[in-house]
Amino acid sequence: MTRLNGPAVPIVCALAILILPFSGLMPDYWITLFNYIGISSLVAIGLVLLTGVGGMTSFGQAAFVGFGAYTTGVLTVYAGVSPWLALPAALLVTMIAAALIGAITVRLSGHYLPLGTIAWGIAFFYLFGNLNWLGAHDGLPGIPPLRLGNYALINPRDYFVVVWLTVVLAVIATQNLLGGRVGRAIRALRRSTRAAEAFGVNTAAAKLIVFVYAAMLAGLAGWLYAHFQRSVSPGPFGITAGTEYLLMAVLGGAGRVYGAILGAAGITFLRDQLQNWLPWLVGSTGNFETVAFGAVLVLILQTASNGLWPILFGPPPPPKPPAPRGHQHLPDRPLPAAGTPLLQARKVRKTFGGLVAVNDVSFVVDSGRIIGLIGPNGAGKSTTFNLITGVLPLSAGEIAFEGHAMQAQTPQRAAALGLGRTFQHVEIVADMSVIENVALGAHLRGSAGLLRSILDLDRSEEALLFANAQRQLDRVGLADVAFKPAGTLALGQLRLVEVARALCLNPSLLLLDEPAAGLRVGEKKALARLLREVRAEGVSVLLVEHDMDFVMSLADRLVVLDFGTRIAEGVPEEIRKDPVVLEAYLGGVS
Amino acid sequence: MDATIFLFLLQDGIINGSVYALVAIATVLVFAVTRVILVPQGEFVAFTALTIAALENGRMPSTPWLLLALGGLAAASELIRHFNEMTSRRVIRIVLFDLALPIALLLATRMLAPMKLGQVANILLAIALITPMGPMLYRIAFEPLAHSSVLVLLMAAFGVHFSLMGLGLLFFGPEGTGTAPLSSQSFALGDLVVTGQSIAVLIVTALLLMLFALFFGRTLLGKALRACSSNRIGARLVGIPTSAAGQIAFALAALLGAISGVLVGPLMTVFYDSGFLIGLKAFVAAILGGLGSYPLTVLAALGVGFAEALFSFWASNFKEVLVFTLIIPVLAWRSLVAPHAEETE
Repeated sequence: MTRLNGPAVPIVCALAILILPFSGLMPDYWITLFNYIGISSLVAIGLVLLTGVGGMTSFGQAAFVGFGAYTTGVLTVYAGVSPWLALPAALLVTMIAAALIGAITVRLSGHYLPLGTIAWGIAFFYLFGNLNWLGAHDGLPGIPPLRLGNYALINPRDYFVVVWLTVVLAVIATQNLLGGRVGRAIRALRRSTRAAEAFGVNTAAAKLIVFVYAAMLAGLAGWLYAHFQRSVSPGPFGITAGTEYLLMAVLGGAGRVYGAILGAAGITFLRDQLQNWLPWLVGSTGNFETVAFGAVLVLILQTASNGLWPILFGPPPPPKPPAPRGHQHLPDRPLPAAGTPLLQARKVRKTFGGLVAVNDVSFVVDSGRIIGLIGPNGAGKSTTFNLITGVLPLSAGEIAFEGHAMQAQTPQRAAALGLGRTFQHVEIVADMSVIENVALGAHLRGSAGLLRSILDLDRSEEALLFANAQRQLDRVGLADVAFKPAGTLALGQLRLVEVARALCLNPSLLLLDEPAAGLRVGEKKALARLLREVRAEGVSVLLVEHDMDFVMSLADRLVVLDFGTRIAEGVPEEIRKDPVVLEAYLGGVS
Repeated sequence: MDATIFLFLLQDGIINGSVYALVAIATVLVFAVTRVILVPQGEFVAFTALTIAALENGRMPSTPWLLLALGGLAAASELIRHFNEMTSRRVIRIVLFDLALPIALLLATRMLAPMKLGQVANILLAIALITPMGPMLYRIAFEPLAHSSVLVLLMAAFGVHFSLMGLGLLFFGPEGTGTAPLSSQSFALGDLVVTGQSIAVLIVTALLLMLFALFFGRTLLGKALRACSSNRIGARLVGIPTSAAGQIAFALAALLGAISGVLVGPLMTVFYDSGFLIGLKAFVAAILGGLGSYPLTVLAALGVGFAEALFSFWASNFKEVLVFTLIIPVLAWRSLVAPHAEETE
């Protein structure tokens, strides 16, 4: 996902759009076709964001095109409102509808979500076709054209300019959105909701934002469609059209903004050619294009399910993060004095049905200390970890942080309090660059919202976030791979990326779940050095680890769990000799 | 609304609901075994009814040609995909099932169609023509995608649906037809007229559901299919061929679709595209049943049928809107009670 750097690319595009239709190079047929391609591109761009990036598949996007088209149709035909004034109204209606529908839809899990979109997609199609004031199945004729002063934009060549300038704006806005702070959160939704939540992203809100944004692009397309077609009827807003839009996004390469335009062009052109050539080839006016269309869809899925764009143009180029101006830094979190109790677990208990996974465990993490949490497999270490970070609710007991009891703990609240964590099974957004993954850790340290990102007003904040991410990558020794896609790194490196991401949160407590697993000897030494350095800065570390040499050499104190119960606590030398611990690990010495 | 109207709507709802139940059971079965949400399930229903209608008029239906076309495609797809691992057994299977069977059925239909053999023969022939389409479609479209996500399979299902709709128009034409009722008797029950057709629908549906329960509860094949649906990898490890399981599931789905077509033909005018709405309503029922439980699905299908009857009485224009809106609160509720993990790719 690159940003269009500098004004050069958009200006070239804009000039081409202004000159091309009047240059005599394009016949009428192509102009009209390209107008439809542009309008579909808007919907497909929204779907790329929703499906390819956000991981939510919608078959119902055509319904939002309908909301935009019908709103402007009703306002301009019945109330005589100017189409330009109807535009904000169309966007507003689409936004409200999308917010209401989305509030339910984004909460649907797994394949219930696409099924839900099919259901409301069909329901709205029949609704449009049965409301008399929308013209029922015949639709609304006589929609006025767009006007500039007294000049009506009826000629498809004039409309070409309107459509494609809108597409360029939509691309810029979408690229800006994806490159920004909210965009990183959205891009984490599909691959790693858990990581996003652990760094303070409100995933439900992020999903709703994408949903509404995609719907508003569709509504915008509907407005353009209505004033180009000059009439609306329910046909183009049904589930077939919705599937076609989805196909465009998939064909282009779900997840790639330019791919959406490529996909829209491919599908629109294909359908048009099939309608032209098939009757000539097969000799009857059957419904061959539907047959061929379905066949093409299945073939694409079977042979190129990642879409055309990656095949043609390769993987996305790395981002170019802005350089910070001057010597500004993000403000650091004040850390408590070393030795004061930071995290206190009192009689923490977790039961799953009849199984007691964590049985009244108590321990204290003092500020500026490294505490090791060890125990054989199934001892309840990871569960304890999940209780502290708010992934699981407590069954009983209390966890206090900086003296305050944490009630109704969620991963987001834990992140806000300064608990930075890593995961036992790495949770990395594989198709995002390493540095962006790390910058996700600083989500709560920025404040830029959707609009600031879209309008590109978030540059100075982004510069600070990326400078911080770069510094953490330097610390874990991964500076040279910062701009590689995270998916290309080895497991050991990914663990270090997770450590860098947790450090990016500027935590007062660092929770590391088996950070040394999969690391080579040199990497382990470097990690140990880093953790000592972090401790010297006053950050506390809670370490779950199986590598005994690693944890013994590093930890100030150890807490040993077995079958969910704390069996020992103390400095590493005592634990080494503790008969109970030895029995737990090695079995009875009888 | 008085009691008579209510009873009438109830009867209407139960009959439609029974048909939806059969189609919905097929949808659940296919989803459980292959994770495909079979959007084109309704096409089996419509094509069967249209085939019977043609046979009743002594005309040659286009169905055998469609079957031959699908057989050719299935053979071609398998030849291309497994070109390097062609065993003689495989070739024989392809020739027998994809080419010889459709050609034999084509010849048989040509011979039998003008003879107007009567209802039972027509129905059996139509079912024989439709059922092999299930496994063929599975091999053409879905088997190569067997390891993809539910979403990719769902889109492929839409692709198959589009193609079949187009082929339906091509082979059957735009005219709608009905078929002769299974029984022309009727009797009065108080104010309510009960037709033999509705009794037939109920009996056939109940019988099939019982057979289904027996098949899955008692037979080895049924148990193997259940194993595939609960854990595909585990089923493979104990030696159940998942591809064969997928084909069987699709064959059963096509069979159930065909039988639903037999039942639905006399109830309504069937067009080449009528199957889509029937399939979708069955699909609503399947989701209401959680895409898993057969008894719940049957109950939900009856509910959908009854709701549809009520809606068409109160607000017939908005019947479809209301039926499909019904699904959304249920999906929300199911997401809350049975949240499933993120799908990994």
